Amino acid sequence: MNKIVYGLLVGAVLGAFDGLTAYFTPAVRPFLLGIVIGSTFKGMIAGLAAGVFARKVNSVPAGIAFGFVVGLILAYAVAAMPSATGEHYYWQIMLPGSIVGAIVGYAAQKHIPAVR
Amino acid sequence: MPEPPLPDAVIARLQFRCEEPDLAACGHLLGPELGRGGMGVVYRAHDPELGRDVALKVVPVADADRPDALERLRREARTLARLEHPGIVPVHTVGVLPDGRIFYTMRLVQGERLDRFAAAGPDRPLPEMLRLFVRVCETVAFAHAAGVVHRDLKPANLMVGAFGDVLVLDWGLAHSAGDGISPRRQGGTRGFMAPEQESGDAGEIEPRTDVFALGAVLRFLAGCGGRPTPNALRSIIARATATVPASRYAAVSDLAADVLRFLDGERVTAHRESIWERLTRLIRRHRVLLGLVLAYLVMRAVLFFFLPG
Repeated sequence: MNKIVYGLLVGAVLGAFDGLTAYFTPAVRPFLLGIVIGSTFKGMIAGLAAGVFARKVNSVPAGIAFGFVVGLILAYAVAAMPSATGEHYYWQIMLPGSIVGAIVGYAAQKHIPAVR
Repeated sequence: MPEPPLPDAVIARLQFRCEEPDLAACGHLLGPELGRGGMGVVYRAHDPELGRDVALKVVPVADADRPDALERLRREARTLARLEHPGIVPVHTVGVLPDGRIFYTMRLVQGERLDRFAAAGPDRPLPEMLRLFVRVCETVAFAHAAGVVHRDLKPANLMVGAFGDVLVLDWGLAHSAGDGISPRRQGGTRGFMAPEQESGDAGEIEPRTDVFALGAVLRFLAGCGGRPTPNALRSIIARATATVPASRYAAVSDLAADVLRFLDGERVTAHRESIWERLTRLIRRHRVLLGLVLAYLVMRAVLFFFLPG
């Protein structure tokens, strides 16, 4: 499995998990499915970017920093959209989103593709 | 009237002049003496034809009439010629001096003996020293694959080059499988010599003899600077230097693999770790990932309690 596919998979799993944590925010609990789908998609984009970056740059700190920034930007894009109630959840989305991005960046750097 | 005895300085000078090899026939220019061991004297020499400096090893004058000493140096040159590896000094020429002594020339190695290298930087990080050790193991494993057992591995016979390259020197005691010579000859260095080698047990000289010596070298490197040796590394050393050859690593590559596992924070085969040791090793190995996951969980907890939405 190459770094890009691996990044996509890790991003999808962590994104889905991150979306599921919305269950603990009662105000958005009715929209959980949509949040999970959106978060999974966001994680996949971050994973794709982190995988491409990991193929170009071989550095764990740089991978973490890159994932953090990508996660932050994507999370901002999501948070900037008002929720169904008209509220914005900048902190709730951006803080965890950036850390999930950093984890995906780390995972993409550490993954060693199998040699055929 | 008896003549007065010669002063010591004059005698020493005469001895030195007698030792100096006459290189007129081989076209090299003799330089200063670089080192002296039980089996040979090494000089710097210049090859004017190729315009390069070389190292020249010659049998000492005291052994010039000993056929076994002459044969040993010739055999050492042949052994080196067989072993083409970046960690082994290449031989250029072999010849006989006008006084009958055997000599050979080889690449002039620029670097520092491992014992001096370690003494000069006692606070060098352990991983750096272990990586050097692994490179020594790779060279010795190559020699073993070619049927050659070094039999005198010690820090003084290992050279660290200017660019971090590591060379295994002094193959004078090496035993080659199939050279028809019994390895019973005494030799080696106490503290680095395997028990079977010390006892002169010809039947047991095999790669595990070098595994013992490498274990002793590893002990030396691990103990540099008075730092405590981690338990897993101590177990690797204990297994490599086991008294009974069968209890040691079967091959040098196995020893190197265990040291690499230690460096990578993986479980080493020589050490049966406790649950606590395993836990601390895993935490240390995955500390960055655990830190990130912990940061995520703390963040989530803070958001849950302070920004419940």
